[in-house]
Amino acid sequence: MLNSVFLLVLVLAALMAASFVFARRKAKATVVAAGEGAGLIFHSQPGYYGWLAGIVSGLAALMALVAGANLSLNPWMTLTLMMVVGLAGSYFAASRVSAEFRARTYVEFFIKTLLVTCSLIAVFTTVGIILSLVFESFRFFQEVSFLDFLTGLQWSPQTAMRSDQVGQSGAFGAIPVFTGTFLIMAIAIVVAAPIGLLIAIYLSEYAEKRTRKIVKPVIEILAGVPTVVYGFFALMTVGPAIRALAETMGFSVPTQSAITAGLVMGIMIIPFVSSLSDDVINAVPQSMRDGSYALGATKSETMTKVVFAGALPGIIGALLLAVSRAIGETMIVVLAAGRAANLTGNPFEAVTTVTVQIVALLTGDQEFDSAKTLAAFALGLMLFIITLVLNFIALIIVRRYRARYE
Amino acid sequence: MSKIDSEISKIKFTCKDVRVAYSGKEALHGINMAIDDRGVTAFIGPSGCGKSSFLRVFNRMNDTIAGCTVTGEVYMDGQDIYAPSLDPVLLRARVGMVFQKPNPFPKSIYDNVAYGPRIHGLASNKAELDHIVEKSLQRAGLWEEVKDRLKDSGTGLSGGQQQRLVIARAIAVSPEVILMDEPASALDPIATARLEELIEELSQKYCIVIVTHSMAQAARISQRTAFFHMGDLVEYGLTTNIFTNPADPRTQDYITGRTG
Ligand SMILES: Nc1ncnc2c1ncn2[C@@H]1O[C@H](COP(=O)(O)OP(=O)(O)OP(=O)(O)O)[C@@H](O)[C@H]1O
Ligand SMILES: [Mg+2]
Repeated sequence: MLNSVFLLVLVLAALMAASFVFARRKAKATVVAAGEGAGLIFHSQPGYYGWLAGIVSGLAALMALVAGANLSLNPWMTLTLMMVVGLAGSYFAASRVSAEFRARTYVEFFIKTLLVTCSLIAVFTTVGIILSLVFESFRFFQEVSFLDFLTGLQWSPQTAMRSDQVGQSGAFGAIPVFTGTFLIMAIAIVVAAPIGLLIAIYLSEYAEKRTRKIVKPVIEILAGVPTVVYGFFALMTVGPAIRALAETMGFSVPTQSAITAGLVMGIMIIPFVSSLSDDVINAVPQSMRDGSYALGATKSETMTKVVFAGALPGIIGALLLAVSRAIGETMIVVLAAGRAANLTGNPFEAVTTVTVQIVALLTGDQEFDSAKTLAAFALGLMLFIITLVLNFIALIIVRRYRARYE
Repeated sequence: MSKIDSEISKIKFTCKDVRVAYSGKEALHGINMAIDDRGVTAFIGPSGCGKSSFLRVFNRMNDTIAGCTVTGEVYMDGQDIYAPSLDPVLLRARVGMVFQKPNPFPKSIYDNVAYGPRIHGLASNKAELDHIVEKSLQRAGLWEEVKDRLKDSGTGLSGGQQQRLVIARAIAVSPEVILMDEPASALDPIATARLEELIEELSQKYCIVIVTHSMAQAARISQRTAFFHMGDLVEYGLTTNIFTNPADPRTQDYITGRTG
């Protein structure tokens, strides 16, 4: 299978390359034959005639491949068909070489079409995802009232599965789930904002060039650690450590708790905060600092009163981006936060988050149109809307901030 | 100002063999010069000759440039401003600077002017601060235009207004000296004329050193002119002498527009 794919690609490439060379040579020869200075009256450079021939033969061969597959020809027949059709395409393109033929226009049209197609793929995927979220959520809200979902204080979707049990109605009040998400997010931001900011200030204002060159990439490695590793670290190291610490002080904390998940998530988003803020602080023009120094301000006065004040909107934007990242984060909370939908503001209890619940709802045995699974779409939609709004606000702030210095 | 007047006027700065180097590459090769206390001293010379570098010697702004070293001696009122015991931060409160491009902080007009007085604790209450801000804006000739919108952002003013704002900001800390590096280069002729009026007025109270590319401007506003060329001080004297009777052929060429 792999071999035949490889062979196909090889044949296609060879075909296109041959067409390219053939047509370009023909175009060059035509120019030479037309005599001195004829290159100027040719619409396109010889290379474009070559590219066009390559593209035409490639497309023709691809069509032959599709046709072959549809007619269920055997592989060798398909291959032969591809060669024949491809060569015919190449011959056709080469036969059109003439001064008036607008090869460049066609090549550019083809390239443009290719580019547009690529971006359309991304756009349609996004639209498709949003539509499916909206559609499935809509089905969910036919079974569970929207108001109950938004304002309900109890989340226990598991009971809805067992139609033979009492309490089968299940409770889909999303408030405890969102409380958990926001609690963990708040802890994360309390950890990441000061540390990330101080790192950014150190890097941009105080660090020597050499130190900066080493420290910045090292911090950015933090951003490259897979989140499952963070989750693992939270569950195996941070959670037990917090529990042990709490025990020495005489109270008990579960291994899985909001504080564990929040702390580790905070560490995870430190590089976002520090590197975005660093960019923002660097964008404050040197002339602002000079103006402050020239008035007899010290470095720290300049830093806090001019640079930081000037960069503040951008820093807020950076924090919002970090927050929206924290909200959507899954692996850390799955491993470290727990699944119990406690409605609590106490960071030392186990809580659950939107992402954890989505995972819980969709793993295991499923019927895909029960309220339980549909609830995942509703949660996903809410999450999507929240992060969208956050990103939107952050972008507006950052853009306005940029405009300020331009 | 006559020659006699300027000779009896006090000396503010004395420079002895001042050299400025960037990463070891010397940009100024031993400048000896004395600058008058009152009045306007103009620095002229072709681009890259070291005028800005020399100007930054007087408030030690060269210290903030990585790789920049200054050697030699500079005295301000007889005090060595490069002495290890001297804090450049305090020096800069006494020697203000206005940059080529107006650089108001992204704060309100009021806060821009109040910035210096606040960090140096020059006002003990809000009323005093208000007074300093108003007085500074008045002296900079901007008060009438902005008195009703002191809360607006300083960056929202026009270029000429911004330049007067940063001048107000500089005089709000009551410096003894104001250094200006091509302050009119971003201004239209009308704003330039206003700025020159302002400089003339300020020169009654302050020692003003100004870098300019405009010969006419130097001739109009300064009492003394220094001509720099490739890191050397070629000629220094009364502006009237420099422009009517330059001693050095390089000066002659420059002011008649044959070089630079
Ligand atoms: N920050 C710096 N780093 C390195 N070299 C510098 C720096 N600033 C100035 N120089 C060099 O020092 C020399 C003098 O520069 P300076 O800016 O003082 O000239 P200038 O007379 O003010 O010129 P202009 O009229 O163009 O402003 C130039 O050769 C310049 O390249
Ligand atoms: Mg300069």
